[in-house]
Amino acid sequence: MLPIVSALKHHKTTVVLVALEIALTCAIVTNALFLIRDRLAFMHMTTGVADNELVWVRTQTLDLGQEADKDSHAGVVAADLAALRGLPGVESVAMTNALPLGGSYSSTVVYRRPGDKSDSLSNVVEYLGSPGMLRTLGISLSEGRDFQPREYSDYQTFGQKSPPPTAVIVTRSFAQQMWPGEDPLGKPIYLGEQGEHATYVVGVAGHLLNPAINKYQGIDRGMILPVRQVRDNSAYVLRVRPDARASVARAIPGALQQVDPARKIEAHVYTDTIAQYFQGDRAMVWLLLVVIGCLLTLTALGVVGLSSFWVQQRTRTIGIRRAIGATRHDILRYFLAENFLIVSLGIVAGSAGAVGLNLWLMHHYELHRMPLSWLPIGALVLWLLGQLAVLGPALRAAAVPPVVATRSV
Amino acid sequence: MFGYYLDLALRSLRRHMVLGVLMMLAIALGIGASVTMLAVLHNLSGNPLPGRSDVLFHPQVDPRPEDLPGAKDEPPDDLAYVDAVNLYRLGIAPRRAVMSGNWLPVRKDAPDSPLAMYTDRATTADFFAMFGVPFLYGSAWSAQDDAGHAQVVVLSRAMNQQLFGGGDSVGKTLVIATKTFRVAGVIDDWNPQPHFYDLNDGAFGKAEQMYLPFFTWLDLPQDYGYGPMDCWGNDPNAGAHDPKAKQCTWAQFWVQLDTPAQVADYRAALVQYSTQQHQLGRFQRAPNVRLRGLLDWLDHKHVIPVTVRMQTWIAFSVLLICLVNTVGLMVAKFLRKAGEIGVRRALGASRRDVFAQCLVEAGVVGVAGGLLGLPLAWLGLWMVRQQPVNFAASAHLDPSMLGVALALAVLSALGAGLWPAWRASRVAPALQVKSL
Repeated sequence: MLPIVSALKHHKTTVVLVALEIALTCAIVTNALFLIRDRLAFMHMTTGVADNELVWVRTQTLDLGQEADKDSHAGVVAADLAALRGLPGVESVAMTNALPLGGSYSSTVVYRRPGDKSDSLSNVVEYLGSPGMLRTLGISLSEGRDFQPREYSDYQTFGQKSPPPTAVIVTRSFAQQMWPGEDPLGKPIYLGEQGEHATYVVGVAGHLLNPAINKYQGIDRGMILPVRQVRDNSAYVLRVRPDARASVARAIPGALQQVDPARKIEAHVYTDTIAQYFQGDRAMVWLLLVVIGCLLTLTALGVVGLSSFWVQQRTRTIGIRRAIGATRHDILRYFLAENFLIVSLGIVAGSAGAVGLNLWLMHHYELHRMPLSWLPIGALVLWLLGQLAVLGPALRAAAVPPVVATRSV
Repeated sequence: MFGYYLDLALRSLRRHMVLGVLMMLAIALGIGASVTMLAVLHNLSGNPLPGRSDVLFHPQVDPRPEDLPGAKDEPPDDLAYVDAVNLYRLGIAPRRAVMSGNWLPVRKDAPDSPLAMYTDRATTADFFAMFGVPFLYGSAWSAQDDAGHAQVVVLSRAMNQQLFGGGDSVGKTLVIATKTFRVAGVIDDWNPQPHFYDLNDGAFGKAEQMYLPFFTWLDLPQDYGYGPMDCWGNDPNAGAHDPKAKQCTWAQFWVQLDTPAQVADYRAALVQYSTQQHQLGRFQRAPNVRLRGLLDWLDHKHVIPVTVRMQTWIAFSVLLICLVNTVGLMVAKFLRKAGEIGVRRALGASRRDVFAQCLVEAGVVGVAGGLLGLPLAWLGLWMVRQQPVNFAASAHLDPSMLGVALALAVLSALGAGLWPAWRASRVAPALQVKSL
């Protein structure tokens, strides 16, 4: 090792430059890899529903000011449901106000004790479901039971004219935040503007992702309330044979138009909805991959360029070493070791830089903290890259014949 | 001398082709990445109305209650109905427009024609002149139309094409939300980016399809919301069916003020209005007004998406690494010529000559790298346009960005070349000549 170090002392500036380049690349690539992993983990979250068997449709009646009276609206919904159930391939149909990763949602405050604002959980996602919603979506309960027919109410998320239903199904993470370490079944929660209405937990869903994931509502903190019909932001969800999804989605507008032609109808295959939710993340992952690719290529080219230069500069020295007994293998090993040393220098600086960059990103862009155990990954990538890049020039160096020593360069 | 150095530089680059190509590639890559993001930023932070932006102002007043939990000092962006109407009637600005938007069911004025939804901007007559909206046919409606709740409409070129097959359709009629409207004008494509006059639905996106008189629009039998609303108090949906609810802000308001004196007067009028409303008991807070110019307003609203800022940082760190790489390669390149430099020095070239010669070589690399980087930037922008975000569609390279790209490339290369050139100029001639 020592002779390498003393030889490097003659090229301080180039060594520093290569180390600096390695350090910068290391800092950025480590963070970019971490960001990619972070996004991929995010994109692979399970929804808690039967992703591959769902089609959903949102309709908007063209509102011409006449506040549609309740009975005719209920009639249209019943006709819609019947029309949708009649489509070939459809197993069941229900109404809901939101779907996991569907984007739009409503959230509310939940009180532990009636009217006690200081003891409440805010930003809890409200899923409203009509009869059969759990079965249609494929939400599985880890405890308790599905709603019973008499528990469905006329409650709506907005303009609350009817009190909330008396039964609720909560998600596991909601239960854990509300009653840490306790059995949630049968416990009351209080809803309404002042927390005046008691609702009792009849079931716990193991996992049900929120319609949108953000820092207020969290990932899967929500509850399902049983309603006869969903009025605000309502959507029909259809459980469909996987192979019939596309054909059902195509058939839906026609079927609904027959019930009531004056409306806007948008049918979606649910897996497309999920893909759309993560579109921005996917674009970011691609961008980061391109950046990583560019940086690594660039750094490799830089290492190749500089090591070729060194090999050329030292041709005579190499010749002398060969002449006095060094094998080709020795020369090869020398250049590989030299590269390893410089890259290591860069990696030490780069790891510090990676942590700093991560802190800066956390501060400005609300990213997660990178665990220190992530650093060796960046280091490994750069060591490999360095060794691969120097291999060509080092092999050329090893090929220098001893006779060069006797010539003047 | 420059010509000679240029010749030397080209010869030298040709002799050490590999190193030269590596340097050019490095610079091209860095320039490609950073110019891509610069172009995106340039498009996003551009002036939506060049030439008019200096005289357009966005007044805000503060009708919020005294004790609103979590309220910031900044007054709401939009106005409540009462304030919108009062400020509209104030009439001391040369031009002013109150506005909001939603979408409405529209059909041709013929029996059994199908309904379709179209986005609209409900505003007042000055909107068109104030924002310099170009008309293809007809003209804007008049202030009398506003006052008389006239059923007139201005169509976008695209909507005119869809409904009437293009052409001059002034005077034709169509049915909007059950009422018959007469076409007053058709505008040419007009979609200022950022969508400065109403940022509630995002700063970048499509233009409205039709324009209606504000007060006529409020009368329409419809309930598609009245634009995004911000309401305080117990009922977050107070304004859903009643746009005139006191506790909801939703209307945008813009004024044109041509001179600094008019701006000062208008500001004073806003304070006076707030004081008066405070005395009447409607405003609980002390006068809290804003009167930002268009560009200040965009600045204040941070219209540039966070991801774009982040990607710009990434792009410039790529450029930085490219430059470090180039510095390393240039050191190698110039030192390899040490013998040649020694000869030139021995024959009488000064250190400054050698320095200049090396810099010219760096500049040549920069120009080549920049030219190579332009297609890369073009490719990068193509990739940006494939992104599923609404600002992406407008990403393109304009001539000014081409200049910026080349200048950036040459400057980067010269910057990277400075220190290697200085080192090369320090080569001791005697040592080099001896070893020849």
